[in-house]
Amino acid sequence: MSKTILEMRNITKTFPGVKALSDVNLDVQEGEIHAICGENGAGKSTLMKVLSGVYPHGSYEGHIVYKGEEQNFRSIRDSEHKGIVIIHQELALVPLLSIAENIFLGNEQAKNGVIDWDETRDGARKLLAMVGLSEDPDTLVTNIGLGKQQLVEIAKALSKQVQLLILDEPTASLSEKDSQALLDLLLEFKKQGITSIIISHKLNEISRVADRVTVIRDGRTIETMDTNDITEDRIITSMVGRSLEDRYPSREPKIGDVVLEVKNWSVYHPQHRERQVIKNIDINLRKGEVVGIAGLMGSGRTEFAMSLFGKSYGQKISGEVFKNGRKIDVANVGKAIANGIAYATEDRKNYGLNLIDHIKHNTTIANLAGISRWGVIDDLAELDVANDYRKKTNIRSSSVYQVTGNLSGGNQQKVVLSKWLYANPEVLILDEPTRGIDVGAKYEIYTIINQLAAQGKAILVISSEMPELLGITDRLYVMNEGRIVGEMPTSEASQEKIMRSIVRAEGKAS
Amino acid sequence: MTVHTAPTGTPADQAKSSELSFIGALRANMRDYGLLLALILIMLFFQYFTAGVLFKPVNLTNIILQNSYIIVMALGMLLVIVAGHIDLSVGSVSGFVGALAAMLMVGWKFPPELAFLAHPIVAGAICLLAGAAIGAAQGYLIAYHKIPSFIVTLAGMLIFKGLSLAILAGKSVGPFPTEFQLLSAGFIPDLIGPTTLPWLAENGQNVVLHTTTMVIAILAVVGSVFFSIRTRARRRARGYDVEPFSLFVVKNLVIAALVLFFAYMLASYRGLPNVLVVMGVLIAFFVFLTKRLTFGRRIYALGGNLKAAALSGVKTERTTFYIFAIMGALAALAGMIYAARLNSATPKAGQGLELDVIAAVFIGGASALGGVGQVAGAVIGAFIMGVMNNGMSIMGVNIDWQQMIKGVVLLAAVFFDLYNKNRSA
Ligand SMILES: Nc1ncnc2c1ncn2[C@@H]1O[C@H](COP(=O)(O)OP(=O)(O)OP(=O)(O)O)[C@@H](O)[C@H]1O
Ligand SMILES: [Mg+2]
Repeated sequence: MSKTILEMRNITKTFPGVKALSDVNLDVQEGEIHAICGENGAGKSTLMKVLSGVYPHGSYEGHIVYKGEEQNFRSIRDSEHKGIVIIHQELALVPLLSIAENIFLGNEQAKNGVIDWDETRDGARKLLAMVGLSEDPDTLVTNIGLGKQQLVEIAKALSKQVQLLILDEPTASLSEKDSQALLDLLLEFKKQGITSIIISHKLNEISRVADRVTVIRDGRTIETMDTNDITEDRIITSMVGRSLEDRYPSREPKIGDVVLEVKNWSVYHPQHRERQVIKNIDINLRKGEVVGIAGLMGSGRTEFAMSLFGKSYGQKISGEVFKNGRKIDVANVGKAIANGIAYATEDRKNYGLNLIDHIKHNTTIANLAGISRWGVIDDLAELDVANDYRKKTNIRSSSVYQVTGNLSGGNQQKVVLSKWLYANPEVLILDEPTRGIDVGAKYEIYTIINQLAAQGKAILVISSEMPELLGITDRLYVMNEGRIVGEMPTSEASQEKIMRSIVRAEGKAS
Repeated sequence: MTVHTAPTGTPADQAKSSELSFIGALRANMRDYGLLLALILIMLFFQYFTAGVLFKPVNLTNIILQNSYIIVMALGMLLVIVAGHIDLSVGSVSGFVGALAAMLMVGWKFPPELAFLAHPIVAGAICLLAGAAIGAAQGYLIAYHKIPSFIVTLAGMLIFKGLSLAILAGKSVGPFPTEFQLLSAGFIPDLIGPTTLPWLAENGQNVVLHTTTMVIAILAVVGSVFFSIRTRARRRARGYDVEPFSLFVVKNLVIAALVLFFAYMLASYRGLPNVLVVMGVLIAFFVFLTKRLTFGRRIYALGGNLKAAALSGVKTERTTFYIFAIMGALAALAGMIYAARLNSATPKAGQGLELDVIAAVFIGGASALGGVGQVAGAVIGAFIMGVMNNGMSIMGVNIDWQQMIKGVVLLAAVFFDLYNKNRSA
């Protein structure tokens, strides 16, 4: 029996209007990887914020015993002094500083306030080696991908002599490969005696690395499972309170004529004029059809979708878009929306939501015409709409007046979805629609997608989770380095087949 | 999952029940009314320390006249700040437009066929258009060329400061035609005729009321009560929570009492000043704009998250452009009010006013980061500054102290706001 490193006892935390945690207990053993699972808004992030001092002692009830001593953290600094480091759901790196500067931010390698750059770079290099990242420490963070940024965060944690590492949905925006690398790293840390707590909605990852799993539902601890008991089904049952028969609702596609057709679409990088990001793409969508775009991170899927949606990405865009056989103009977002196209972003924080405003206003902003006449908004009609969509997408909040910045990550995602559902487009492009969403809610979102398709809408889903694409689409495009490199009916597709088209394309390119 | 939660309506709604507690609702409202309360407390404070001068009808009328141009500009500045911008040029632009008005009406000698340009109404219209054009020009650079508003309007401030000096040739120009002076110095006519209240006589002097003013105030109160009852009924009919009846009554009574009290004060002097009518209409319109018009909603959206707004189909550039054009027109109106009040245009008119205007908006709770701010807050913020100016002048506080105290109040107001927000987060 190893010894307990952390005990959280009867933690209760209330926000105005919601009790996020009530009497939660958590036990973590030294050197284990402990997973926390639960639905969106169950209180996972909140519990970790209590632990790391983001919510200071006194703002919650209950006790935290760490290494046998009761702790009253008043800030993140306090907990970091004890070796507890949290990496938040939304990364907190400064994009325009270098990797080295970010790693030592707030903890600068300095003598008398003067930064020692050699020390900083050497230190950074060592830490980067530990997390297996081969990048120049002087590279700006904005120039490296999300997966690498996540590793920089971990390097930063290591620089603080971490003993208990907390990762809140670390793999949500990572590719399959990057996720694997990160999980391997955690297993490596375990060998070195570092304890980790990981929050994730990707249950396959959890069953792979976790020693024990604690499930939280509605702000309460449901149970803690030991290694031998951990199975995905068991976790799901515990999370949602019932067993989930299927991960994907069944679909009976009724596919009609071509609604949207994109021909010869090319886009250049917004800063580097010569770099072609999207290369002569041709795709089409049919009425009632759910089409997926598979591909690795960085294959240009988001860039393609955003350039199509009112030229919101890139420059020197060329190509033609036809809707129901007629050429349409998508030169700006307004025109794209007017032509019945909608794009729900993968980046809810930067592109999706006005985080300082509440759910109601965020739900209606893309379709103000629907709740107004002569430019005058009908308050009550708007309230009806917001409540209606809150119910449809099952957003967990105190009311439609909750500020979206205070929602849990998954619920924020649902607000983005509500906004575009209300805009009632004919063609809906969903970019990573289930990122950070719990299994139960994923099922609900798939159901909504099916309903939309049944109403005759065309839906284009971009997703990095291949099982999801295989589970919900009718047809698949495979994209690689800005090109469509494969197309297949989903009934004939498999993960291997998709990977094969990618690899074949890479072989051709080089 | 919370499938069965009843549809909820108000932010105060916290519990599952659809009945709101009096205290809970009061607390939710306190945050909205805190600023108004602060204004009332400040007024009472000065009422005491000026030995009752502050609330004299003539002084209250004065406070309105003295602050009208600040409030007019604060309305536009609120939009600018909510959109995440700033306009440093409004003081100079208002001064320039005042100068333009003076030159049109008094300074320039037009040939007979162009003499109509000197007519106060024509000149006023030209001035408003000029202001809107100036704002539009600045807005064009800010919105479409992405030059930071701080820089564009800083340049504008210097340019229009110089231009007013130039067109006035360094001299004061006045007086204005009487029709134009009425903008600031006039009162609405008493169409009904005065009412004498002998039983309220003081020192043997009867209280004579400007009856039309009282009638307008009573109509306004009745109208506002009618609309709040209707709104409440509609919400209830749709099954949404409403505030407790007791609080609803108290709130309406307090507001009605305040309005009637001030109307009574004004009526016992010379009635409603013309400029208050102009202000009242503008304030009502801007409240409507920010709360109900899609245009207003888009301003908050783009101030809160520009990229998300753009990706939701908000025409962020065009909206920003319009905001600055509106600001320019309001600065022009303020410039005319200011000039009419002084009855001459001076080269230094308007200088530094932008700071008072910006301060009023921030005291009123707007966020420097954009996306947050209310018209009512900006108006009350302007009155807080105005009452302090007035009260301290009456008390004989030196101008140097006045400046410092106003600075401290600005800081305190913003600090208090942030503290409140953090506590509730
Ligand atoms: N600052 C806040 N103010 C008000 N409510 C909040 C605040 N932060 C969180 N909440 C509420 O607390 C609850 C728990 O949120 P939390 O972020 O811990 O969920 P989570 O389990 O991490 O969900 P997810 O899987 O979606 O990330 C939610 O209902 C959320 O709306
Ligand atoms: Mg979370």
